Order: sequence, then C-alpha cells, then structure tokens
Amino acid sequence: MNRLEKHFTELQKRHEKALILYITAGDPDMAATLNIMQALAENGVDCIELGIPFSDPMADGPVIQRASARALLNNINLRDILSLVKTFRQTHQTPVVLMGYFNTILHFGPEAFLHEYRAAGGDGLIIADLPFEEGEHFESLCREHSINLIYLVSPEPGTERTRNILAATGGFVYCVSHYGITGQHTDNNQLDNIVRSLKSMTTLPIAVGFGISSVEQAQQAARSADGVIIGSWLISELEQAQDKKLAAAGFCITLKEALTLV
Amino acid sequence: MRQRGYFGNYGGQYVPELLMPALKELEQVYNELSNDITFKQELDHLFKHYAGRPTPLYYAENLTRHAGGAGIYLKREDLNHTGSHKLNNCLGQALIAKKMGKKRVIAETGAGQHGVATATVCALLGLECHIFMGNEDTIRQELNVFRMKLLGAEVIPVYSGSQTLKDAINEAIREWVASVKNTFYIFGSVVGPHPYPTMVRNFQSIIGREALQQLPEFGLSVPDYIIACVGGGSNSMGIFHPFYSTTAKLVGVEAGGCGPAIGDNSCSLGKGQVGVFHGKKSYFLQDEYGQIAPTHSVAAGLDYPGVGPEHAWYKETGRAEYVTITDDEAVQAYKTLAHLEGIIPALESSHALAYTLKLAPHLDKKQNILVCLSGRGDKDIISSNIIRNEE
Repeated sequence: MNRLEKHFTELQKRHEKALILYITAGDPDMAATLNIMQALAENGVDCIELGIPFSDPMADGPVIQRASARALLNNINLRDILSLVKTFRQTHQTPVVLMGYFNTILHFGPEAFLHEYRAAGGDGLIIADLPFEEGEHFESLCREHSINLIYLVSPEPGTERTRNILAATGGFVYCVSHYGITGQHTDNNQLDNIVRSLKSMTTLPIAVGFGISSVEQAQQAARSADGVIIGSWLISELEQAQDKKLAAAGFCITLKEALTLV
Repeated sequence: MRQRGYFGNYGGQYVPELLMPALKELEQVYNELSNDITFKQELDHLFKHYAGRPTPLYYAENLTRHAGGAGIYLKREDLNHTGSHKLNNCLGQALIAKKMGKKRVIAETGAGQHGVATATVCALLGLECHIFMGNEDTIRQELNVFRMKLLGAEVIPVYSGSQTLKDAINEAIREWVASVKNTFYIFGSVVGPHPYPTMVRNFQSIIGREALQQLPEFGLSVPDYIIACVGGGSNSMGIFHPFYSTTAKLVGVEAGGCGPAIGDNSCSLGKGQVGVFHGKKSYFLQDEYGQIAPTHSVAAGLDYPGVGPEHAWYKETGRAEYVTITDDEAVQAYKTLAHLEGIIPALESSHALAYTLKLAPHLDKKQNILVCLSGRGDKDIISSNIIRNEE
C-alpha cells in the first residue's frame, strides 16, 4: 500500500472526509508553491494535487489557464516539479498527486519520469488527456513504479466501460461532477445518484471535483462522496491574497472544518 | 488492445474523459452511415447540385510554359462552393450531425474557410452554428468573419495564447466538453481524436477520386507527382488517399514561414517531434519540455503546430515526402498564378504552387504534376499586403 492508499484507508476508518486541494506548480513561482504546499500540509489537507503547467490546457477553465500561464512565464518544467516534490517530501508526508497533460510526460520519457517521480516521493498521477482507452501501457508502467494512476469518471456511470475504468484506477476515484471544464459551477442534484452508483461498483474512495466553489457545495458533495477536490476556487483566492501562505492555510482550515460538519 | 483509430503509431483518442462517450457514439453512427446507400446518395446529391462538383481538372498551359518542364494540372477546389475544399467535409459531417439529432454545431477556423463552409452547411440544414476563431485571425481574415456572420453563425474571437488556430481549437474543445450532449463538433481537418482523421479524410477523398476519373480526359492515368499544401492536412490527404496504391509520388508542402527558427514557421513534420496534443498522437512543434510552440505562416490556414496522424504515418513509411516553402515564395507563386492563368489562389494553396514551380523545371516535359488548388485567394488580397506591394 502506498502513501495515498494508506492515508485514505485511515480517513475511512475515522469516518473523515478527504480534502484534496489543487494548485499549479510554479504559480507564481517555485518558492511560493513550496510555501503553499507546506501551509496546506500543516493545516489538514489530505492530498495535494499539483498541476503541471501546460501551454494549452484544453481541459481547464480560465482560472487554471491563468495559473498555468503564470508558471510558464518562469519556464517551469517537469524537472523543476520533481525537485519540488522531493523538497516537500523531506519535511512532509502528505500524499502528492501530479495532474497534467500527457505531452509533457511523453516528452520527458514515461519510464524515466515515473522512476524519478517515485524516487522524489510522489504518489499519484492524473492525466487530463489520457483516457482509459489510451492508458493501457502507461497504466502498467505506473503499477511497476507504485504510482497510482487516477482516471476520471464521468457523470454517467453504470456502463461496462465505467466498471473497467474503476478496476484500472488506483488510489481514489476522481468523479467529475458535471459536464464542463475545471472551475465551472456544478449542479449537485444528480451528484448523490452518481456517487451512489459508483459506490456500488468499487470499494475505492470517491472524490468529487470540477466546479466546487463554495463551502455549501463542498459540504453537499461530501455528503455522498468520500472527499472533495477543489482547484479553481482556491487559486482565485490565492490570486487576490497578499500573503499566499496565510491565505492557503486559512482556506484549508475553513474547508476541513466545514467537512467535519457533514 | 483498448486503443482505436491508429495509423501505425499515430492517431488515437487523447481527449478528456467527458468526450469519450461522444466519440464512441460518433464512431458507431459514422460506421453505420458509411455503409448506408441513402446517406451516400444524399451526400452525392449535395456535392453535385449544391457544391457544384465535380470541380474541374485544369491543364495550366501558361504556367507549364513558364516553369519550362513537367506539365502542370490544377485540381480546382477553388471553384467548389464557398471557395475551398473545406465544404466537402462540412457537408458530410453536418449530415451526420443531423442524423444524430444534434441541433447545435461548433467548429474552429484558422483562415476562416472552414468556418465559412461550416456556417454555410448550418444555414442549409438549419443548424445553430458557433465558430471559434483566434483574434489575430479575425483581423487578418476579416472578410471571412463578415461572411460567417451573414450566414447566421456566431463568431467567437479567442484571445488566449497566440490567438490563432491552435487556440481556437483549445476553446472549441472546452466548449465541446461542456455541451457535448447537444452539440456536434465539426473538425475542419484530418486532426483531432479518432474517428475524425479517418472521417474527414474519407469526405475529402472526393478530390482524389474525381482527379482519377478526370485524368484520362488528358490522356493520363496517374500523374508522376501530386503536390498539396499541408497544415492540418485535409486537402492533401483528400487528394493523396485515392492515389495511395499508385506510382504517383506524393509531396506535402509545409509552411516555412519566415525562417527555420522555432516560432517562425509551421513545419510540424519537418521540424516537429512526436507528441500528443488535440486528441491525437502525431508530430508537433514543441519546446524541449513538451510545451507546444508558437507558429507562424503568412497563410492562416497553415498556421498550426501539428499535423494529421495519417501524414505522420505517410512520412514514417516514406509514402509521401514533405517539403517546405517560405512566406515569400508562396506570395510570389500567388502573384504568378494570378498573372499567368487568371486564377487567384489561396495563400495556403500557393505553397503547393510555389513548390511545383521549383520542381517542374527539373522534370522531363513528358512528366506531369497534379496540384491541389485547395482554395481561392480573394480572402488574402488585403491581409497579405499584396496589392500594396504591387503598387
């Protein structure tokens, strides 16, 4: 069992909901990202999703597009991000999941990347443009390196294909709460049904993401799901904050507390 | 094997999860319709009576004399309705959209030719139409923006990134993800995820199939060379594909822009590396870290950092050769054809003409070159400052 699986198992034992927070690596610079990661880790985040900036983030909304563009202004690359994970891991044990687009990993070399990522202390991987159909080979490489490849699951589960995706996914299930790109509003009415249907097909924890932008929405999602994933909302808050470390800590405490009330 | 839609190592379906059900549905419907006689008849009827096909095959005698070598034949896609080959594919895809019960169409456009063709078929078939176009392209191809609006389409300028075709596709994909249930995405080239590269190629293959039938009128069966410009690669694949098993040498001409440095051209096959972007594995212009590179071409329709996966496979297997023509060479050929033949070619097609003019003098007079004149060039007269330079 790796760090991610272990942490989620403990959360389930404690009947605690998972708070998964997304930030883009290198936004606005690497030192700030490390500070924010530490602040999140020290204030109760259960998993840090670290975005790999990409020139053309076609699955992301305007907020994450801006974050990606800011990071690329500093020429942040995958090697820098591996160093960041390694530095973070020297002092903190919070699970880390990288999220990005396949081209940057393909360019680095998938095997070399997974080897170095594992050595740096990484735990999971989400690739926005690598659906189950294209993941067969990469999936087995991830398994060899004990990295959880987390597939996204769409709002219409219940098919044979969904079962196959659930069987192939590792760590947790990333349930997309609605049709759209990251950072758009979500309609929570159908969410309970989706999550219930997924739970009948897997024992993995189910995290809901895409478009959570208020405490109420987070709480509503967490009523049926095992965890929530928040990205654009957090980045918007950090964009406006003078002290990003402080803002990240505050955001984390508020959300974690709100999730205990579910 | 879970993978689908590969040409050798290239192609596939590298898209966000939310699009996968739609792609599966499209593939199924397309497979059914490609064996459906009624669908074929419907499309053929539109090709003939609406688009004005077959487009002529024209022996360019003056141009041939000027080049002083091989005979030059032009496949006149500029005479297709809306002024380019783009309509062939749009008619096919819009008919599919209609059969699938989709009432809303989105598309990207670079030069505006695909946008105009999409807006045209949407007007014809009563579909709601939204066209994404890079802001820079809306400026340099303003005439086409007016045409799309007149045809009833909404033109959405895209301000992200380089504000050209690549960014228009990013934005169209985002919109597609959000509205996939009621919206059909008409991709304009042999790019995007499977089944688009195959489907678009098949609709565009009408170009090569007609040429095969028309060549005997000139006492020819197969030309020695077939030359076409390559951006995404739809007109070239359309004319190449029916000649795949013949002896014709296939030459794709990429946009060399204003120089060989990254950012100055759009030579995905010549200067790019294998990668994954916009739904497919193929060649892409990218930096040392896999970030997609900015591109340049005087021809907006070639200004794209990638190329269709089947071209990547043609390159790898050696079935086609890919060469480069600069902005200046293309503009020169644009003028030459206008002066000598009274035909104003699109700047995109002018790349194919420029290479033809380079190659023809080195060939025997008995040899022949078939050029795909993919579109007309009225749209380019103002934007490329050609008139001003003339004066």
